[in-house]
Amino acid sequence: MKEFLIGRLNLEALPHEWFTIGGTAAFFAMALLAVTVITRMKRWKWLWNEWFTSVDPKKIGIMYFLVSGFMLLRGGLDALMMWLQQSLSSGSSHGYLSANHYQQIFTAHGNIMVFFVAMGFVFGLINYIVPLQIGARDLASPFLNTLGFWLFVAGVIMINTFFVFGGQYAATGWLAVAPLSGTQFSPGVGVDYWIWSLQISGIGTTLGAINFIMTILKMRAPGMSLRKMPLFTWGSLCSMVMAVTVFPLLTMTLFLMFFDRYFGAHFFTTTLGGNAMMYTNLIWMWGHPEVYILMLPSFGVFSEIVSTFSRKATASYWTNVGGMTGVSAFALSVWLHHFFTMGSSADVNAFFGLMTMIIAIPTSVLFFNWIATMYKGKIKFDTPMLWFLGFVALFAVGGMAGVMMAVPPIDFQLHNSLFLVAHFHTMVVGGVLFGIFAGLSYWFPKIAGFRLNERIGKYAFWCWTVGFIMAFTPLYILGFMGATRRLDHYDASTGFRPFFIMALLGGIVIMAGVLLQIVQIIASVMQRRRLADPTGDPWGGRTLEWAVPSTPPSYNFTIIPEVTSRDAFLEMKKQGLPTKKVFEDIHMPRNTSSGIYISGFAYLLGFGFVWHIVWLIILGVLGILTCLIKRTFNEDTEFTITAAEVEDMEEKRIKKAHASRAGKDLGTDEDMGLKEFIIIVIKWALDIVKNKRWKKW
Amino acid sequence: MVEHSELIHEEAATERAMFGFWVYLMTDLLMFAVLFAVYAVLHDNTLNGPTGKDLFSLPLALSETLILLTSSFTSGIGIVAAREGNKKQVFTWFGLTFLLGLAFLGLELKEFTEFIHAGHTISSNAFFSSFFALVGTHGLHIISGLLWMGITLYYVSKRGLTKSMVRKLTLLSLFWHFLDIVWIFIFTIVYLRAFV
Repeated sequence: MKEFLIGRLNLEALPHEWFTIGGTAAFFAMALLAVTVITRMKRWKWLWNEWFTSVDPKKIGIMYFLVSGFMLLRGGLDALMMWLQQSLSSGSSHGYLSANHYQQIFTAHGNIMVFFVAMGFVFGLINYIVPLQIGARDLASPFLNTLGFWLFVAGVIMINTFFVFGGQYAATGWLAVAPLSGTQFSPGVGVDYWIWSLQISGIGTTLGAINFIMTILKMRAPGMSLRKMPLFTWGSLCSMVMAVTVFPLLTMTLFLMFFDRYFGAHFFTTTLGGNAMMYTNLIWMWGHPEVYILMLPSFGVFSEIVSTFSRKATASYWTNVGGMTGVSAFALSVWLHHFFTMGSSADVNAFFGLMTMIIAIPTSVLFFNWIATMYKGKIKFDTPMLWFLGFVALFAVGGMAGVMMAVPPIDFQLHNSLFLVAHFHTMVVGGVLFGIFAGLSYWFPKIAGFRLNERIGKYAFWCWTVGFIMAFTPLYILGFMGATRRLDHYDASTGFRPFFIMALLGGIVIMAGVLLQIVQIIASVMQRRRLADPTGDPWGGRTLEWAVPSTPPSYNFTIIPEVTSRDAFLEMKKQGLPTKKVFEDIHMPRNTSSGIYISGFAYLLGFGFVWHIVWLIILGVLGILTCLIKRTFNEDTEFTITAAEVEDMEEKRIKKAHASRAGKDLGTDEDMGLKEFIIIVIKWALDIVKNKRWKKW
Repeated sequence: MVEHSELIHEEAATERAMFGFWVYLMTDLLMFAVLFAVYAVLHDNTLNGPTGKDLFSLPLALSETLILLTSSFTSGIGIVAAREGNKKQVFTWFGLTFLLGLAFLGLELKEFTEFIHAGHTISSNAFFSSFFALVGTHGLHIISGLLWMGITLYYVSKRGLTKSMVRKLTLLSLFWHFLDIVWIFIFTIVYLRAFV
């Protein structure tokens, strides 16, 4: 009976170590704070109706940003903990983390950064921008989109549940290589949390990707043929096509791992005919393309930014598109370069080595295209452009390190060393994350209705770039010195320590960059009137997302534009924007809570599997099925806004926008820098203390 | 005018749903691709235990194949009937499809229980792991297809053959044909190949 009710869950699973107690306390403190604030402000209904059940891709995009931003802090904390451990743990000192705890941290860091930070931001950008760029009012299947988002959230919660129940995460590395991740070597629940967190969010990704392929291919504005499609949309399309190609492989591989762990199957075990290297092959068949799934939307972002800030059309549209599609095609045939040391024949290694080097060609095509676009352009150095330039510098270094390691004999030396760690961080931070930051600062006026503070943004950029170079150059050198990755302790005679301390300092500078980004957002909110974007086109944009007001109405376009050229909005501006608007009836999807409920049941299902709680598993399956059936046969999923209502809403929106721009900014009227910001904050704090303002709360 | 725009709206939705469903089927196919690859790698790892040749019964596999092929045919006729708005025939043909699907499932379960009674389970060795995973995943798809069929027919009986119902039946029959194609590969690669 007890077995049936709580499975393997028992008192020992509750937190009893400093980090699990700390994590649990932090989790409950945050939850309590959120609940208190929302209840005090009476915002529950609003939150549920306006946000949680919303099918508006713009709102879902913003929710992706919030979750991923939060996870960025969580994963960044992991990074700082590792840097600190490595700079302390030399010779007789063993630092402050046990080997096992350290292993859990780097595993969680990798999973969180790839799945819940990079993926989340990428999906957020695609959600917000792609429908606007292609002139669509909503997505092909708004339901699949909220379902995908909430499955992503369920994955986020699942990966953090171990703090409260179980006390251990996988200690296997971010891909949980077999046979280490089998029950023989990892008997605890850590790997199970890993499986179900990735499984749930991965299925969400597949559904989201199907939806965006449908949207991009079937819902473009009249006149926008594929050859007139904006480059960010092209990058997103390439990325989503790759996602539907490889995420099913991840799903099935995770299921096979699950069969191994739950039913004693022998797919990846060391005994009874299992083949552990098959796991490595399968997971990297997904894992390598995954990097490009993250990268391609960033390439798209950069293509847009370079063209806008150089005030020139892209040097060659077709080589740009060709570069992106080329990268996606080649990306599917390079996975074996992650394990040249597997011992396959020289021919096999040579093939994958060559394919890996070839992939540098379409990437370079993109690079030269961007540089050619800047050539003779009137370049403006706003923050989005700075992020692009930082990317160029870092990505070139990381890319060349990658081509180096593509040579199998060199890889035999560098395999599993910190050189590799430095390489892929240069690619993922310098490429993906800088692309995301560039995109966020570029489209922020569209999303929020006001621009970001440029001065503080530039400080943040420089902290990130300088900090990154400080933190990861030592790792390249350490790799050559023989330091392996995942090292929690090393001998004093190795001479590694100064480099690790340098890396820690770099990490602190990066954290300063993150803090400055937060300050930047707060300062921009304080000065939102000064920074307001009344035109909807703050940068002199070229594509359709700038044709709608900032922030866009829920239906994006009052009139669906006719597209006649590649830079559709630029063309519209040249021909003169229409002054008188003719309104029409608009079909919009209704909000739905099915996505939330299904994801909730999916979470229960996963949790049931982690702890072998049979009734929870059954409940999860039945719940998912019931919600799916109810949703599928619900015929009332749309509503119509009549032309008169649209006109009315437009008028109200314009009035509201005017009203929000009237009045005074908080703090100062001058352009705020870091100094001004700090002075204002100190003044506020003093004012609160002096006048005992907390009594009012 | 309004009705006309409604019609275009509905047609566009059908077209999108069909296209999206095709993309979904391709992702499902890739999941099967993994299972086929795994079976190809592991099927010889029987560790001196019985091999597929010792265990499989070709007559059984052949009858499963014929049953499933016939069910695909009946579901195809069912779709023709649905497009013509012939509710009675839809029930006849999809009912037949449902029964054939059940028969297929019964035969498959019979095979599985025989293996398990002889002591061959998913944890016996890598050959059985890959066999049960591949054939079992197909069987699970058949179960979900039957479930879906039953529920859709229930709603057809309640709501009649509306546009949206015909769309759902079309997608269902696409799914059913897809399972048929996957089964042809299973029949060839798992069963026939064992006797080559």
